[in-house]
Order: sequence, then structure tokens, then C-alpha cells
Amino acid sequence: MSMFGQVFVKDNKYKIKGDFHHLTPNTPIRDADDGWKLLGVTNPRDMTYMHSYGGEAIFFESLSQGKLLATRCDNSGCGTRGTTYIPFRIHCPDCLGKNSIIDLTAVARKSARIHTFMVCERSGAFNLLDKPIKFINIEFDGVATILMSYLSLGEPKFGMRVLPIFKTSGPTFTILDLSWVPEGTPQEQLPEGFTF
Amino acid sequence: MITFSRQQLKIPRLQRPVYLVTAGQSKFDRAFPDKRTEELCIDAFTMAAGLLDISPAELKQYIHSCYYGHFADHFGDQLLGESVIHDRLGLDPLGNVGVKTGGATGGSTLWEGMKAVASGYSDCVLVMGWERMDEVPTDEGNFLISCAADKDWESPLGHIYTGYYAVMAQRYWQIFGKSEESFRRTLAEISVKHHGYARFNPFAQSPMKITVDDVLNSPVVAYPLRALDCCLMSVGAACAILCDEDTATQLTKNSKNKPLRIYVAAGSHTLRPADRLDMAIPLLPNETADQYKDLGERFPGGDRYPGFTGFLAARIAAYYGYGMAGITDPTTDLDLVELHDAFTISDVQTYEDIGIRPYGYGRDYVESGDCYHTNPHTGQPGKLPSNLSGGLIGCMHSVGATGIMQTFEVATHIWHRWEELHGDAQLWQKFNRVKPDDWTSLQVEGAKRGMAISHAGVGSHVTSTILMDPDHLLAKDA
Repeated sequence: MSMFGQVFVKDNKYKIKGDFHHLTPNTPIRDADDGWKLLGVTNPRDMTYMHSYGGEAIFFESLSQGKLLATRCDNSGCGTRGTTYIPFRIHCPDCLGKNSIIDLTAVARKSARIHTFMVCERSGAFNLLDKPIKFINIEFDGVATILMSYLSLGEPKFGMRVLPIFKTSGPTFTILDLSWVPEGTPQEQLPEGFTF
Repeated sequence: MITFSRQQLKIPRLQRPVYLVTAGQSKFDRAFPDKRTEELCIDAFTMAAGLLDISPAELKQYIHSCYYGHFADHFGDQLLGESVIHDRLGLDPLGNVGVKTGGATGGSTLWEGMKAVASGYSDCVLVMGWERMDEVPTDEGNFLISCAADKDWESPLGHIYTGYYAVMAQRYWQIFGKSEESFRRTLAEISVKHHGYARFNPFAQSPMKITVDDVLNSPVVAYPLRALDCCLMSVGAACAILCDEDTATQLTKNSKNKPLRIYVAAGSHTLRPADRLDMAIPLLPNETADQYKDLGERFPGGDRYPGFTGFLAARIAAYYGYGMAGITDPTTDLDLVELHDAFTISDVQTYEDIGIRPYGYGRDYVESGDCYHTNPHTGQPGKLPSNLSGGLIGCMHSVGATGIMQTFEVATHIWHRWEELHGDAQLWQKFNRVKPDDWTSLQVEGAKRGMAISHAGVGSHVTSTILMDPDHLLAKDA
């Protein structure tokens, strides 16, 4: 019986178990308008990649623990010292020094608001979110950047106050573990697996 | 606040003039089940040779190095596709290189080719671009396109690029469009125009005679963007030949093509719009600092630049390009443009980024009728016609070829060959397309200068390609 590919790291090496690809036969593509002559073949391919989050791993791990992390340049010699970034930037784009990791959860709870949004009726293949997807871009007090995410409940509006929610039960360890709801949403209305 | 150094703002200077002498393209379509990519590239190359009245074999004798634009290896499912095409064109052992900058790949490939000639490395180069987007169905294709967003922070959010543009559309509509239904109709008018112009272009994939209401009633993809606000997913190839002055003179001696001066410049900005930091608006030659002082009062929320409403990369590409070519006002100095209308909203944003209209007033370029071949309000020639090819919405977006297709279109106007190359009944027949009974020539009479904007992602790379009749340059030493 096949098993999805699984990976852990030991001695800084990937250790893999299970199937990282699945075999499906090629099939011919023929021309129905010209005597079913051969035009080509299908090339099925199902493969699992191994992707490192590197210095951003702590961000994705923290989502599963109900925390929203950001980074800040604290280099006293940098012209943009004090700038806070989310999305997380491992290094300052100015001085390229290593940024400090900060907990932005309280700031997000206190100040997050919708900068812009859209409601998406379609998706590409491999989408895991329910449609329509309500994309929101979020501003925070004291943060230089604007985070893209999605609203799980309610209808988005410009300037609307939103609160972060985290998939702490059954996390995917992807950006989908972070979502947002309108301020005032009760805990019992949160999507399955999410907490404030 | 981002600032730029004097060294970074230096206007690029070429070591010697570079000329575009010919160009060519294949038919564009959603799928070519009966053709390999190399066949489409050979179609484009053969056309380019034909416009010089020489054979492909003769043209190849002049080529010294090759620049290939092909964005998405995963679409075509072929790594080193450049090597395949280079071999099939019979151009080994000449040096060649692949260029990949998303939707700007075609423009970036011209940029690389221009630099090779300007530096003296080569006297004549081939610039060829293509894309193979029919090896997967549309939903899977949307997934592959979304891989051009940040894979950890953005792509998992729907795997649909239209969504990443729709948030910009929403912001622009509410701030600069003041949420007016009239602005939404102006966006729809762009789609009507581009599908309409595609009707007169035998190469074009999506000719349509439609109305504003058709656009507004088309299915929502990512509100406020609807299906007819969006560009095409295409297959096809386009190429151009760039030369120094002596080679250009030799190659065009028996041809209707006049060598055209070419300038290409490039800009960039963050892959994720999320990362865009505030800055002062970099000014173009036809703007003053004063004019944007009260932008936030006129359009509340509009003072965050570039935010989600402007493309810094386009502005910088225009800044360098205008400086190189001596352009002080694009609307008066240019005779036509081909813009990267990936979506109707990004077309409007670009009008402002490249200085056709000031920030906040892009819609006026459409509403005034200036962007049309013939101004619908006056019946007179449009002041600066745009996307007479049909653009990405009506003609094609075969990514690696797009910027080169746009440049081909601009060149045909300056050569005064647009009518010959788009009205040819044999070409319509060869492409198995019906030439409309009301086919109309869109030749821009007296065109001497034009520009093509090639744009990637949500503004990560942008190039400006400027073509000029060498007898109508704007700056002596340019």
C-alpha cells in the first residue's frame, strides 16, 4: 500500500519515508477530426517536494501556537532602524543585518484593519480554501508593510477592524493557519480548529 | 521611506546606437495541438526574414548571439527549452542565454539583446520569445501562474493571480475611482476596445465585438474583476533582430523596413505588494513635485505611494527610458503605445506610472478618447492610440513573446506596414481565421515614435521599449 511521502531531518540531512511520486501511465492524444491520428501524449506526474522555511520556520511554527511574529531591524547603524516587517523578513533589506524577531500578536489584536480586499469566485488547482475566498490586506499600527491573508467570517470593508485567528488544532504549518474575523466575533463562531 | 542615490538614478547610456531592423511572429492561440514550439518559433523567424526580403538562411548569417525569452519551464515542461529552440533554428554554436522575468520576459529579452549590440559584443542579435501554456488545462494553468507569487506567503491563498490584482483594483477603484459606477464602466471600455482592435489583427487570439454591458455581465473571477477584464492564456512566438548601424544598413538595403532606433530600460519592485514601503513619488520630466502635494486631499488614501495603486517598476522603467530617448512628455512625443493590459485595472494604473496622465487621473486617457485609433468623441485621430494589436486582453499573452509582439506592432506602424501585414487576406486564410467584412486599417498615420511596456507579476519587473524613426530622434546624442 502506498504512503504519502514524509520527511524529517537528522544530522542536517533529509530522511524520507513513503512515496514521493506516483506512477500513472501516459495516454495518447488523438485528432477526432482527422482519422484519430496521433498528435501527442499525456504526461501525468504527481510528486512531493521537500521545502525548507529556513529562518522563517519560527513564524509558521508560531501560528500553530496562536502567535503572530514579525521582524524588526535593530541595527543602530542602519538608516531604517526600527522598521517592522510582516511578512517576516529574516534580514533587513537596507543593511542586510539579521532582524530581531518580535511578537506582533497584541499589536494585531489592537490595531489590525483592512487596507484593501477582494472576493474571489475562482481559484487555481490545489486551492484548499472555501470559495468565495475573501482576500484581505491588513495594516497594523507601527508596521511598514501590509500583510495579505483571508477573512473567514463576515464581509470585508475598507478600514474594518479585524482580529487574527490561528489554526491551533490540526495546523497545516502554512500561511493558511492564519486567518481573520471581524472584531467582536465570538469564539464559538470560529472555523473548526481555529482559536483567537 | 525609500530614497534613491545619484548613482542609482543615472540615465543609462549606450556605447553605440542600436537598431531594430525586422521582427516577426507566429499565430497566437489558446492551444496548438498540432504544432511544437519550435515550429512556432520558425514561423516567427521566417516572417522576420521575409520582411527584409531575404531568406532565413541569409538572415542567420548575420546573427552573432541569441537572447531567448521563455518564462515558465513548468508550463512547457522542458528545462533548457532555449537550447532546443536554438538547435532547431540551426544557430549552434553561437552563444545564447535564456531570460526569465515573468510577464516582462519579452521586454527583458529585448533589453539583453540591446545591451549586447550597444556594448559591441555583437553586431547583430536574435531576440526570440515564446510560451507554451497549453500543456495543462486552465485551472492547472492558473496554479502554475500563481507560482510567480511568493510560495509561502501568497500562492496558497487561492492559487489565482487574478486575486492578487483584484485587491489592487478594489483599492484603486475606491480611492481614485471614488467607487463610481462610471469608473467601472471605463474599465470595461478598455476590454471592449482591445477585443475590438483584435478583430482587425489576424494574429490575435480573442477578437470580439462586445459592449461595456457584456464585460460587466461576464462571470466574476475576483471581484471587481470579471472574466472579460482579464488577459488571455496563450501559445505563440515572436522575434526581433537588433543590429549596429552598419549591419542595419546592409540588412535593410532591399527592404521596406527602415532601421528603427531602439532604447530599452528596466525597473523592478518587490514580488509581494505587501512589502512595498512608502516613498515620495519619483517624478517624470512632465511632472512637478507640487502637483502631488495635495494628492491625499483630492483622493483620500491616495497619498500612500506606491501602495497598492501604483507600479514603481513601471515608473522607474519610464524614467530611465525617457531619459535615454529624450522624451519629455510621452503624450506629445510618442505616436502610439502598446501597454501591458494584463487586467483592465493595470492598464489604467500604467497610464499614470508612465506619465500619460498624472496619478489619480488615468481614467481620463480612456474617457477623453485619446487612447483610441480614432477618438470616438471627435472622429479625429486619437492623441496617443494604445494597444491597437488588441493587447494582452484581445491579442495574446504568450508570456515570453508578449513584449516582443508589442514591439513588433509598434514597428509596423513606424514602417508604415501595419495595413500590409494585418490586412493580407492570405495570412487570414493561412491562420484559418475569417477577415471581418468591416476590417479597418489601424495604421497610425505618420507614426515616428512608439513605446511598448512589458510588465511582470504584480509589478516585480517592468521594461520600456522605445522605437524611433532615426530621422525623428528627440535628442541628438541619444
